[in-house]
Amino acid sequence: MSMRTPLGRARGLGSAKSGVGHFWLQRVTAIGLIPLTLWFAFSCVHLSGLDYAAAKIWMAKPVNATLMILAVVISLWHGVIGVQVVIEDYVHSPAAKWTGLIGIRLLGAFLAMYVIVAVSKVAFGG
Amino acid sequence: MSSTRNRPMSPHLMVYRLPPIAFLSVSHRGTGVVLAIGLMFVACWLGSLATGAQAYATTQWLLGTIIGKLGMFGFTFCLFYHLCHGIRHLLWDIGCGYELPQVRLANLASVAISGALTVAVWIAALA
Repeated sequence: MSMRTPLGRARGLGSAKSGVGHFWLQRVTAIGLIPLTLWFAFSCVHLSGLDYAAAKIWMAKPVNATLMILAVVISLWHGVIGVQVVIEDYVHSPAAKWTGLIGIRLLGAFLAMYVIVAVSKVAFGG
Repeated sequence: MSSTRNRPMSPHLMVYRLPPIAFLSVSHRGTGVVLAIGLMFVACWLGSLATGAQAYATTQWLLGTIIGKLGMFGFTFCLFYHLCHGIRHLLWDIGCGYELPQVRLANLASVAISGALTVAVWIAALA
């Protein structure tokens, strides 16, 4: 058995290199979501007063379609990496943890693509 | 490992009444999880708009029920709370807001502003 302390063994080996990637992505998506969230809330209030035809016309405007896709897709991205941390912190059984970690990514990818297709279909006049 | 065996245990979280800042901090996580679940409903609602008039009418009806309205109200508050407290986290990241008076002010502000924005949005939506 080594007589060295855990710190002594780790010292000098350098960082894990990719350690701050997740941290940065969480912050960058958060900054982007500040204006997008305010726009989304404002838009939902506006849409609540519209019927189906008027809502489609509103969503078909390029700026609205673009911002709606950005708001939802960046929210999903921010949400997936956020829920990842919650799972890593509180789910300790390996089977449940990995099912959760892989599941949220697949679900997030599906929902992002679904929203892109749905909003694009309305925007392109489908 | 002998080097770690006799170290003191950290006090268990559940033994203490959480101070306000700790409660607000864990609420940031909680509201984040609620919002992630809510995003599934947002996706369904956008999908129904693309599917057709009947599908859109169904989602509008579901959102108009008392459960739908309560859900949307909760989602609105979680959204604004996570937004306000998230800005606070970004300020913490750049090293601001750690003095006690600032902490107390930001505790109050994050709850008050998110509450006010929630009420404002619902007054605007129902008016």
